[in-house]
Amino acid sequence: MIRNYEDLSPTAIDCLKEIGNIGSGSAANSLSQMLGKSVAMRVPTVSVLDYQHVIEEMGGPEKVITGILVHLNGDIQGMIMFLLEDSFAQVVLSTFLGKEDVCVVKLDETDFSAIKEMGNIMAGSYLQAIGTLTGLTIDMSVPAMTVDMMGAIMSVPIVEYSEIGDKVLFINDGFVIDGVNIKSNIILIPDMKSLYILMKKLGVAEDE
Amino acid sequence: MSNFTIGIGDLKVCRVPDVLVTYALGSCVGICLLDSTAKVGGLSHIMLPDSTAGVNGASAPMRFADTAIPLLIREMEKLGASRGRLRAKIAGGATMFAIANDKFNIGDRNVAKVKEMLAKERIPILAEDTGADYGRTLFFYPETGVMEIRAATRGTKML
Repeated sequence: MIRNYEDLSPTAIDCLKEIGNIGSGSAANSLSQMLGKSVAMRVPTVSVLDYQHVIEEMGGPEKVITGILVHLNGDIQGMIMFLLEDSFAQVVLSTFLGKEDVCVVKLDETDFSAIKEMGNIMAGSYLQAIGTLTGLTIDMSVPAMTVDMMGAIMSVPIVEYSEIGDKVLFINDGFVIDGVNIKSNIILIPDMKSLYILMKKLGVAEDE
Repeated sequence: MSNFTIGIGDLKVCRVPDVLVTYALGSCVGICLLDSTAKVGGLSHIMLPDSTAGVNGASAPMRFADTAIPLLIREMEKLGASRGRLRAKIAGGATMFAIANDKFNIGDRNVAKVKEMLAKERIPILAEDTGADYGRTLFFYPETGVMEIRAATRGTKML
């Protein structure tokens, strides 16, 4: 039985990539409907990285980003976190509120809820796609959102899952909206038992 | 003069005029200790309150408030600091996400445990910037004893 993410086989990683693909495709669709714009999806890359790498990959501990955190319950237990760069906030706010030159550290209440709502919808459709693919029931908590330093946001999964280890599934994907590249990264942390259930459902579980 | 960076779940000690830095504390707590007579400073970045609650405790004492603080004191003593002269400043312990019924509530528990440990070691806390809902980068200057807190959304303060 897999005990931590480093034990995952290449087949299992491929499988998680596929999940990432389907989730992102579904999220792009919802995003497109909400914004009334065509949203192209870049093919996601999935890797097993330690937290330090994730933080460096995204621009260092002090880089300010938008983090949306969702806890998973039901058949799959764990956490999923969306890390969105400024361009995401910019597109959402210019589309819905007609605001340009958004400064993410100075968002007002309305800005905040608009972005949060889009994040909710993306997270929901992402998880729904995975649920449909696997036949698993995945319940999600009400998403929580904050705009802050990368390192401080990442400390939440680091601390909560410190027992499991220092590695996470890092899904690096992105969207192109109106010719603007929007980087979005997703950290997926199912607990080990849930990961096994997920792999088993997809037919790639190794022997116990 | 050197800048030493302390990663998450790590600790370092230095002599004046070196500077100790830890980036982006979320629910974690940064503990700055100073013996201004011996001119020795130390900084610990703890992740969790209690080493006995987890299975990995023994392997990573620097991650936990209950084990990291005694370790930090010992490391400072090796550089000539005296326990009775140590003074503390602490920062961090935020709740990064507002989650209903947050059973984890780790930021508050970290701060409480750090205070308990410092009281046990009889080290007075001269200043603190803890709690709330934002991340903090901490610069500690043992030369002046100043703890500088930089927050993305709240500017900078000197304590």
